[in-house]
Amino acid sequence: MNRDAALRLTAFDDVSPRPAPPLIRTCCLSVHYGAKTAVRDVELDIAEGAVTALIGPSGCGKSSFLYSLNRMTDLIPGCRVTGAVRIDGTDVCEPGVDTVLLRRRVGMIFQKPNPFPMSIRRNIELPLKEHGVRGRARRAEVVETVLRDVGLWDEVKDRLHAPAQGLSGGQQQRLCIARALALEPRVLLMDEPCSALDPIASGVVEDLIRRLRGRVTLLVVTHNLAQARRIADATGVFWVRDGAGALVEHGPTDAVFERPAAEETRRYVTGLHG
Amino acid sequence: MVDALRARRHRIEDLAAAVVVWAAALGVTAVFVWILGGLLWRGLGGVSWSFLVQAPRDAGRAGGIGPVLVSTGLILAVCLAVSLPIGLGAAALLAEFASDRHLFGRLVRRSLDVLAGVPSIVFGLFGGVFFCQVLGMGFSIMAGGLTLACMVLPILIRSAEVGFRSVPDEHRHAAAALGLSRASTLFKVLLPAAMPGVIVGVVLGVGRAMAETAALLFTSGYVDRMPGSLWDSGRSLSIHIYHLAMNISGGDANAGASAIVLMVLLLAINLAASFIASHFLQRGVVSV
Ligand SMILES: Nc1ncnc2c1ncn2[C@@H]1O[C@H](COP(=O)(O)OP(=O)(O)OP(=O)(O)O)[C@@H](O)[C@H]1O
Ligand SMILES: [Mg+2]
Repeated sequence: MNRDAALRLTAFDDVSPRPAPPLIRTCCLSVHYGAKTAVRDVELDIAEGAVTALIGPSGCGKSSFLYSLNRMTDLIPGCRVTGAVRIDGTDVCEPGVDTVLLRRRVGMIFQKPNPFPMSIRRNIELPLKEHGVRGRARRAEVVETVLRDVGLWDEVKDRLHAPAQGLSGGQQQRLCIARALALEPRVLLMDEPCSALDPIASGVVEDLIRRLRGRVTLLVVTHNLAQARRIADATGVFWVRDGAGALVEHGPTDAVFERPAAEETRRYVTGLHG
Repeated sequence: MVDALRARRHRIEDLAAAVVVWAAALGVTAVFVWILGGLLWRGLGGVSWSFLVQAPRDAGRAGGIGPVLVSTGLILAVCLAVSLPIGLGAAALLAEFASDRHLFGRLVRRSLDVLAGVPSIVFGLFGGVFFCQVLGMGFSIMAGGLTLACMVLPILIRSAEVGFRSVPDEHRHAAAALGLSRASTLFKVLLPAAMPGVIVGVVLGVGRAMAETAALLFTSGYVDRMPGSLWDSGRSLSIHIYHLAMNISGGDANAGASAIVLMVLLLAINLAASFIASHFLQRGVVSV
């Protein structure tokens, strides 16, 4: 166990002697596209501050599951979510939930970096303004802080006015993460954040994920099993069962990889399958 | 042997195709040069600074086109001031909020297609009755501008809608994931990204408006005095040309000169628009 984690555990113990209730708890969560069920009955608890990796073969519903957690599924025509997602006690699937506020607390990073077609600075300032962060100086401060957080500050501090589209793919992805962090989310959902990046850029993002652990609750979908082992405290394995994606295994990463309970997981993590 | 023959046949076919294509292109260019050349030859001598600023005299045979330019500008301004906000709003509604299956969206789109095909004289008659008589505006720049606005709206809405649709979904997802409201997404993310399409629409619309005579004949009228307000009648450049060429004997020279001015204006608007559009496309950015 590395030193950071040890420190975090002791700090954790000081605050609460009992294990804290999970920050996110899904109950019977299913996602449907029209008549097709993409994800069925997922029951998953996620602890605050932990990094959770979601792995599984293509098409088993990892993205669909992730999208349902901050109601991005609302944007997909024909998509319907049933069951419950309790985040910090409130069910975010209720119709009355303010999705603007929800998504401020539960941010999302996409597979393909998607900065807005504007300057680097404005990419971060736009959501800040939207969420009522007043004052130029205050916003400039946040921009610098989050860009430092993602290790981009030194690379872009002289060209904050330049278009974000001019950055490399890895830099764009880190800018997107910085933009999400600027809103100080409690949860960050990442859908294959490294799969469009080369190994070096993806290593940088991986380091960043490790640094964010404890500060933000992270759910990371990845096809890279080695990466899942490196970054994740817990791992969930999705698999297609009876024509719909299901969570077939979930637990501490080491246990999932070394003593998998489900047959699919055993074959998948040993590279026999998928 | 057979291969060689075949290769030869391909070469001949290629050559023939090239000749046909080039001939067609040359033909089009020749027509353009002929029109432009004839115009320049007849009218260029008449274009001067004083021609641009002076008032027409002797029914337009002498003098310049100063008031006509002012009226044209005012009519265009009214037209754009009305059609731009309505056009952008309608385009955003069609592209972002009314799905293709939506009955309302289908209805609006179908109406626009019909409107786009209506001859301008019909718009002129409509404007003459509705704006001038029913709303009591009389022959006025206001009535002309509003009539033109009705006419260019379909073009404007359709191009702007294409502009909105060409914005990739990634931006919509990014905006939603950051908790931007639909209004901010529309105004701050989608509209800037849709700008090239909007500009194309504006250029096509302005081009059509500037070239328009039929729709203005019954609405803004052809008084060639300097307009005192938007409620005065004012003669647009295209009507001036039409009038000089058709009704005034000895007006040909000034008609040619006015036509050159109109062509130059249209060209300038086109160039400016393509410059702005490429600026948006290249930098992919709206400066802070
Ligand atoms: N917009 C959609 N409309 C209809 N079906 C969809 C849609 N999006 C996903 N699906 C279906 O839902 C199932 C799960 O898809 P999803 O994208 O969640 O899988 P995934 O695990 O993220 O796959 P990948 O690893 O390839 O990203 C698939 O069978 C897919 O065909
Ligand atoms: Mg996916």
